[in-house]
Amino acid sequence: MRDIRLLDRMFIPGTLIGPFTQANPGLGGVCTFVGEVRHGEGEPVESLELTHYEPLTLPGMHDLADRAFARFDLMGLLMVHRIGELRTGEPIVCVSAAARHRRPAIEAVDFCMDHLKSAAWFWKRERRGGQWRWIEPREEDYRDLARWR
Amino acid sequence: MAGEVTIVFLGPLRDLAGEPSRLVPAPLDWAGLLTAIGPQIAGQLREPRINVACAGRVLADKTALLAKAGEEVALLPPVSGG
Repeated sequence: MRDIRLLDRMFIPGTLIGPFTQANPGLGGVCTFVGEVRHGEGEPVESLELTHYEPLTLPGMHDLADRAFARFDLMGLLMVHRIGELRTGEPIVCVSAAARHRRPAIEAVDFCMDHLKSAAWFWKRERRGGQWRWIEPREEDYRDLARWR
Repeated sequence: MAGEVTIVFLGPLRDLAGEPSRLVPAPLDWAGLLTAIGPQIAGQLREPRINVACAGRVLADKTALLAKAGEEVALLPPVSGG
């Protein structure tokens, strides 16, 4: 079962995970990661804005899902990413993988998250003290991505 | 046939361009693109970290760009999701 979506409104991950788990009968394990807008250090983050490019972003997420299914022994994959303006504490991303055994589920989530962070068509900026600032992936994000090559 | 190509500026390039998109006469090749977007963005576009998509496909070689009337050319700076 595959559920890949872009959402422009706040979502509650729990409402997605239940039905996703139900849709994969016979699974041995589900691994879920939820990323949220962090408060940040120093001046607090007032909001975060995620922009995307319609012709590439969702097709790119489907391509990522194809690669996850080809690489790991999965039964199902849920990948939901927010776009638009978000406030502190709101979920940005939710990736959940269902498999017969735990390791493929855990690794598939790790794989998808590393790609969503620094190789998917999203641009992120945050507002602190009334000023917007674009965010680029950190060196660490690129190193995480390189682990899968 | 006369027509236009839409150039789409994404992420921080949108701020530099001062607009989300711009219409330019078709056809549009690499040299035409560099001229159309002005020296500041052209300078960035020459760097390998900026990708270019044409008609919904990311170009393996952006300098081989050849956009026809009605097509969209997107300038894609480094991404950050999650």
